[in-house]
Amino acid sequence: MNILICIKQVPDMESKFKINADKTWYDRADLAWRMNEYDEYAVEQAVRLKEQVGSADLTVLCIGPDQVKETMKKALAMGCDRGVHIADNDAHQREPLVIAGMIANFARDKNFDLIFTGMQSQDRGSGQVGVMVAELLGMDAVTTIVDFAYDNGTVNVKRELEGGTKSLVSAATPLVLTCQLGLNTPRYPTLPNIMKAKKKELLTIAPDLGGVTAGQETAACFFPEKKGGGLVLEGDAPELADKLIQLLKEKTGVLA
Amino acid sequence: MKTLLVAEFREGKLRAEYTQLLAFARESQAEAAMFLVGSAADLPKFDGTLYLAEAVKHGEYSPAVHKQLLLDVIAREKPEQVVFLHSSYGWDLAPRVAVALKAAQVSEVIGVDGGLPVVPVCNAKLRRTIKAATATTVLTLQAGAFGLDDEPAGTPTVITVDTDAAGKVRCTGYEAAKIEGVDLTKANIIVSAGRGVGKPENVAMVQALAKALGGEYGASRPVVDAGWVEHSRQVGTTGSTVTPKLYVACGISGAIQHLAGMKKADFIVAINTDRDAPIGEVANVLVVADLKQFLPILTEKLQNR
Repeated sequence: MNILICIKQVPDMESKFKINADKTWYDRADLAWRMNEYDEYAVEQAVRLKEQVGSADLTVLCIGPDQVKETMKKALAMGCDRGVHIADNDAHQREPLVIAGMIANFARDKNFDLIFTGMQSQDRGSGQVGVMVAELLGMDAVTTIVDFAYDNGTVNVKRELEGGTKSLVSAATPLVLTCQLGLNTPRYPTLPNIMKAKKKELLTIAPDLGGVTAGQETAACFFPEKKGGGLVLEGDAPELADKLIQLLKEKTGVLA
Repeated sequence: MKTLLVAEFREGKLRAEYTQLLAFARESQAEAAMFLVGSAADLPKFDGTLYLAEAVKHGEYSPAVHKQLLLDVIAREKPEQVVFLHSSYGWDLAPRVAVALKAAQVSEVIGVDGGLPVVPVCNAKLRRTIKAATATTVLTLQAGAFGLDDEPAGTPTVITVDTDAAGKVRCTGYEAAKIEGVDLTKANIIVSAGRGVGKPENVAMVQALAKALGGEYGASRPVVDAGWVEHSRQVGTTGSTVTPKLYVACGISGAIQHLAGMKKADFIVAINTDRDAPIGEVANVLVVADLKQFLPILTEKLQNR
């Protein structure tokens, strides 16, 4: 089997963000970077599938500046066989369709049976790229999977719906799947596998931007306005507890 | 602006969230028609054109077929905007339509500012406004971001649509949400644990506070995914939507999906070390404190009251 896993490098979401100079995105300086959480589930599911079927070739793909190779090494240490880095310093500004176009242009003649990716990124969060890759390649796609089973070209998944309901969906390869949190338990790379990953192929290629046209741009990126009314309490823990209990007595009926 | 709204249908029923689409159309003073793969026996209430395809024939989730039905209607209606809910149905179908139309898609719209859609960035810590340059724009609306103040009313003019398109992806059934365990929607007081509790052992502090307040304990998604708290206690779009008298969010940063599940609580207390956490947007009181220090003290004081 030939499997592609598309991952993204994102900042740690607990970071203190700042707006960049042209006010279109967050400032990329001084941030800690990691693999998009949703993509960790995509990598894990692909590695598990390889363990199940015995023979499969796992290519992990990531778009961005040179620094994304650090994140790709984690995917290689988790069990991907090779990495393809599409070098693009402007990736963070590109809209989902353009990113999907770059992935589709790479994947078009590679005959991937399955493409796994996260259902969305933690920073941009559009949830568009995976489905758009499928559409551009003429493949089927199923989004938001929380359960995956493969048997001889047939894929059975569960999709997560609103309110905790799941739908059971049957599809066939070639197929794009977008992964929801909780699909599996992503493994931590072991030290021997981290060492092995250093020897795996990690190819950097130039982006192919053909075939799609950008159709949108960010007018402005900004912090949400703080709503008035919300009280902020700071200080010593015992003092804070007294203040909070007093407030609950005054403002709610629950301590009657 | 001519707008096509895409309503949803699941397990034989119209999804009530279609009213959020109507609210958005009303707010943007759009001339709205609606599209639904559903049933003539369960119609949305509004005065306008409804393009209706039968779910019995075309399935409730059959992306290639629904895409074709929708593209046929778009060719006929020629809307400037096609508006979906940002839901498991909407975020799955919208990009397929956007690619086919070569339309810009703007995901998870939470509002409109100066005529431009506003979307969240980085778990809602930041926002963006977006300028789309394509003839048609595809939008998905965040759950709960738009709402009608009144009950929906009216009778649509139904135009039946059909296609011979077929797809290989099939929905074969549904698995109901597990209903064993607690029903948080009935609780008056809920104390929830978020990622900020740090370790599974620390969930006990949240449970103790809930008990001292005479309420139930809940959790945000990461805590449930990690297996520290069972799913029936998850608050948010994929768990329970709750409206207690008091909601205490412990170490919950306030991801949109969580806020959607609890922001209608009467009184919200957030306890967090980060005073800029998005939970502060909906909280009546934000206590800036370390949970491990603060929760045991608060619990003890409540018990000795």
